[in-house]
Amino acid sequence: MLDLSPEEWTAVSLSLWVSVWATVASLPFGIAIAYLLARKDFWGKALLDGLVHLPLVLPPVVTGYLLLLTFGRRAPVGAFLADHFGIVFAFRWTGAVLSCGIMAFPLMVRAIRLSIEAVDRRLEDAAATLGANAIWVFLSVTLPLALPGVIAGAVLGFARALGEFGATITFVSNIPGETQTISAAIYTLTQVPGGDTAALRLVVVAVVISLAALIVSEWFARRAGARAHGG
Amino acid sequence: MLTVSVQKRLGDFHLRATFASAGGVTALFGPSGAGKTSIVNMIAGLVRPDEGRIVLGETVLFDTAARIDVPAHRRHIGYVFQEGRLFPHFSVARNLDYGRWMNGLPFDAAAQQRVVRLLDIAPLLDRRPGKLSGGERQRVAIGRALLVQPQLLLLDEPLASLDSARKAEILPYLERLRDETGVPMVYVSHQADEARRLATAVVLIETGAVTAVGGVELLG
Repeated sequence: MLDLSPEEWTAVSLSLWVSVWATVASLPFGIAIAYLLARKDFWGKALLDGLVHLPLVLPPVVTGYLLLLTFGRRAPVGAFLADHFGIVFAFRWTGAVLSCGIMAFPLMVRAIRLSIEAVDRRLEDAAATLGANAIWVFLSVTLPLALPGVIAGAVLGFARALGEFGATITFVSNIPGETQTISAAIYTLTQVPGGDTAALRLVVVAVVISLAALIVSEWFARRAGARAHGG
Repeated sequence: MLTVSVQKRLGDFHLRATFASAGGVTALFGPSGAGKTSIVNMIAGLVRPDEGRIVLGETVLFDTAARIDVPAHRRHIGYVFQEGRLFPHFSVARNLDYGRWMNGLPFDAAAQQRVVRLLDIAPLLDRRPGKLSGGERQRVAIGRALLVQPQLLLLDEPLASLDSARKAEILPYLERLRDETGVPMVYVSHQADEARRLATAVVLIETGAVTAVGGVELLG
């Protein structure tokens, strides 16, 4: 049953590749924004919170189209990046990374924000009285204590990136070997006669990967609780 | 020499406190909710007064008129909190070493030995804070605050979360601290017996204001 054809393998490995990159690339921004939202008060905080959550509430097709309008070959930002840095997103796997990363971002930030909020601020105060400046307080106390939650957020983001369909297919289309992820491949297979068994194979793979991600994330969430209690 | 003159509004509560401490152990004594913790938090730099001036030795730590507000991490004031606040993800040894690490000081084995012996915490060094008793945790917290070589040590009801047997266990260490280290201390308490044993000067505080300054005879 799980005898995948080379094309199907390509879709699976491309999916994993794109999702890993989307997670790794968005994690530093996710941690930074989660920290700002959890610990700082500043002008425009509600706006930033709203912007971060936008991909969660917008129809994915709309997000994908907005990405096309911004990062397409002839769009202002896309043309600038292509001319000056040689970075092209449109119809490339890099574009799939961008759209997956953006779609996964709200979930990632939410999980990390919650874990940072759960860190006892009194420990941060204690670190300050011992001579730690704000950056060291974050690196030596806040981040290690929130780490299991950060990893859980990353895994959740990875799972979301893996399932991305609407924004990605709108932004970078459905090109086998370049932008065709598992979701897009399943969609294509359901559109052709006799594609059912191949689609089913990919469905099984998608279920297995997503379940594994969920279990890993659950495990880390539990460790976060144990750690906060000094275990 | 520590001089404090601060004011802060916290909702309906108006805190205004002026006192000086010439060294030794100054007890801030008063009922719960009188504002004692807020005052030591202001000295530590964790809470910002609305107005006032805090001077420690030659250093102005806070002065609204001169727009001075030294951040907590540069005040060199040790702080022992009511709940210890040890870092749960570090061993006892790393908790003790944290201040040295953050201040970029060279490792001083003799200083650490002295503090470890003063507080009898050598057998605890490899353990995690989660595995310590309340009394052990407070001794480690005192050691951690001492090892930053503070100009001043703030102790905010360090015995309040302990039962009477544990209190009896810690009190002799606090007396040794007073007699052997010579670090000036501000000791927050609402227990007359414990303040009487430790204090060399007393500041009485009630509903956010200093009502009397004097010696231990104020404790009755």
